[in-house]
Amino acid sequence: MAESVPKQITYCGVCSLPPEYCEFGGTVKKCEDWLKEHHPSLHGKLYSQEAIEQNLSTLSLEAQKRAEKDSQKKAAKAAASEARAQEQRDNSKVLIKRIERNKRKYVTAVQGLEAFGLDIKKVAKDFGKKFATGSSVTKIPGGGEEITVQGDLSDDIYDYVVETYKDIPEDNVECIEDKKKKAAG
Amino acid sequence: MFKKDISAGSKSKVKSSAQRGIRAKILEQYPKLEEHIEEIMPKKEQLDLVKLPDRVALYTLGSTPLFFQHMDDPILPHLTIVHKYPDAFPRLRIDRGAIRFVLSGATLMAPGLTSPGGRLPNDPEDPEGRYGKEELEAGEVVVIEAEGKETACMVGVLTVGTAEMKKTKKGQACDAGHYLGDGLWGLTLG
Ligand SMILES: [Zn+2]
Repeated sequence: MAESVPKQITYCGVCSLPPEYCEFGGTVKKCEDWLKEHHPSLHGKLYSQEAIEQNLSTLSLEAQKRAEKDSQKKAAKAAASEARAQEQRDNSKVLIKRIERNKRKYVTAVQGLEAFGLDIKKVAKDFGKKFATGSSVTKIPGGGEEITVQGDLSDDIYDYVVETYKDIPEDNVECIEDKKKKAAG
Repeated sequence: MFKKDISAGSKSKVKSSAQRGIRAKILEQYPKLEEHIEEIMPKKEQLDLVKLPDRVALYTLGSTPLFFQHMDDPILPHLTIVHKYPDAFPRLRIDRGAIRFVLSGATLMAPGLTSPGGRLPNDPEDPEGRYGKEELEAGEVVVIEAEGKETACMVGVLTVGTAEMKKTKKGQACDAGHYLGDGLWGLTLG
């Protein structure tokens, strides 16, 4: 019975728990699909008819009913919050702004990524790495935060955002120019 | 302790002398970690302290959470550490019915452990002694496993000793320190 130490544990790509606990969350169906795709053998073990019956047999009939009600509630809750998140995503915009700092010196400000569930500190770091330039999170007067990237990178950031974050529809990303001075010509 | 979602507060480096102290305290609490501690918390690596709400300190290595501590209470392992080294901690088992309560952050009640699906130390149903041969006292840290599951779902501090629990079979059993899906589990560390 020599088990390898440290034990390697797979965590669910949907709900983050060990897959054997997915059944207690509200995203069981999605969890199951994920497991089937990524870890078919584990999926076979956890979602076999036998395993499901085994699970049920250890609960009294009454407890089964309660558990079922509970999981329906959870599923409904998860579906509602997913719908809310979807609506929020649909109505949110990512703005990529070109701002002239000095003559021919630009910075690019990116707003609105957090509405799509992104950690903007992390994204700022990724921008910095990807474009080899300074990139930081700054406060917006009036509340909120934006990412400020050194250089005129609107188009590159646009492409990168659309390509990297599939959850953000292209229609929701917009490049604008912040004209402090009137452009020449 | 982490029923709500939390976000990480300030992060600071742990001085090497303090790091030695923490390591010693962890080994004192969990002697079976002796052979793994160098792997978990290498002497040469920088340990960080991340402040969490309500005076909880989280010790991390890079962005990996290792252990946490509320004020001067016992140091508790993050569940990912428990999952990696399941044999290194005293453990008990709850029945299947109790799982969903634990995962919603409820205080663990004794019947979840004393029922046929539960396991306490010296359990006749547990001849190999997976759940220990010696009774545990109130105040001891325990890892909570679950009937039909391989991985632990909670780590907490016993509010009642296991011997007493077997007698009374009711009341609170264990404080929910950290459970699967709680705020600490969901915490993202930059
Ligand atoms: Zn899952």
